[in-house]
Amino acid sequence: MVKTIERHGIPVVQMCNLIPVATTVGANRMVPTISIPYPLGDPEQPVEEQYKLRYHRVGVALDALATPIEEQTVFKVKI
Amino acid sequence: MKKVIYYVNQFFGGIGGEDTADFEPELREGTVGPSLAANQALEGAEVTHTIICGDNFMGSNTEEAIARILEMLEGKEFDLLIAGPAFQAGRYGIACGNVCKAVSEKFGVPAITSMNEENPGVEMFKKDCYILKGANAAAKMRKDMKALTAFANKVIAGETLMGADAEGYFARGCRHELFLENKHENTAAYRGVQMLIKKIKGEPYQTELIIPKKDLVPIADPIADLSKATIAIVSSGGIVPVDNPDHIQSASATRWGRYDITGMDRLENRAANAFKTIHAGYDPAAADDDPNRIIPLDALRQYEREGKFAHLHNYFYSTVGTGTTESEAARMAEEMVPYLQEAGVDGVIFTST
Repeated sequence: MVKTIERHGIPVVQMCNLIPVATTVGANRMVPTISIPYPLGDPEQPVEEQYKLRYHRVGVALDALATPIEEQTVFKVKI
Repeated sequence: MKKVIYYVNQFFGGIGGEDTADFEPELREGTVGPSLAANQALEGAEVTHTIICGDNFMGSNTEEAIARILEMLEGKEFDLLIAGPAFQAGRYGIACGNVCKAVSEKFGVPAITSMNEENPGVEMFKKDCYILKGANAAAKMRKDMKALTAFANKVIAGETLMGADAEGYFARGCRHELFLENKHENTAAYRGVQMLIKKIKGEPYQTELIIPKKDLVPIADPIADLSKATIAIVSSGGIVPVDNPDHIQSASATRWGRYDITGMDRLENRAANAFKTIHAGYDPAAADDDPNRIIPLDALRQYEREGKFAHLHNYFYSTVGTGTTESEAARMAEEMVPYLQEAGVDGVIFTST
């Protein structure tokens, strides 16, 4: 789906846990998430911590959409 | 008697379903589930141990899981590793591939597994181990197991393998030396010219050197000015309104939906009768409890308020990504694109589970 949308010239950033799969399948911009069942917020953590992580990683994803790249790129996250 | 180590996930290991997918690697003596069936069909070999590991534990902590498994096998004598079959189960397939690759590299033994061609594990690991061409669902376990053990028996017996197509595994890109009878028709020059003639005549021919190709899409230009951009969110995590109005399937989806989020600051949860996940490929508890973990509407609204980007598109787009074929996924995305274009969407955040 990511590739099909990108083929129409709309940049897509894929946020997922299994980065190797996204790379193999052919996503161009990728941002890692923390797990499969809860990509953006660990239920074991306090709600504020979950939101902090989500806010950070979504921010990285938005920046990724505005970043020129030459090849498949996994954008780095801090939390 | 040769010795075989077997790998299964939490489900086939009898530990449980999605709620136990965080199960940490464990080495059991003897057979469990599929390894019991394999053991009965193996000739001149027995399954001495079975490794069980949860798919999520393996997916989220791959390095640690593999390190622990390698440590468990340290000092064990064995001649072959078998994993799966994994059918079309993506996480399980990748887990089988990871284990096959690591064990065969470290201990120098062959590793065999079985997956459906749609399993992402095939593309990732077909070069690293034997992946037999399997069915798409566990209902075909008997058939896949028969093929898997028949092939394992050949490997155990040291028989000459006749190549990927004849043996029924995905081509690994290995070329083996084979001595042909010493006659004119067998020379490379003759074979090459025959191919050329067929090509000129427009007849089908089979090259002897297949160049694999990776299907990449051209990288789309970045958004020039994020502060003026419209952003949309698309997800394969199966988040839908609680009544699932578009009847999107829980697995092998062929349908998708788009849902209005105008004026919403966050996605309310299942308990509030608002949004839930219908995805059957992961434990829904965390997503049902807070759908923003999958569709991060709350964080996106905050950035929209801060002016990082101009406007969040009024709908999110959703389907289920488990067991969904690449061709169906491409078709559904094609159907979404006109809506995105009409709304002037400049960039898409795609979340996957």
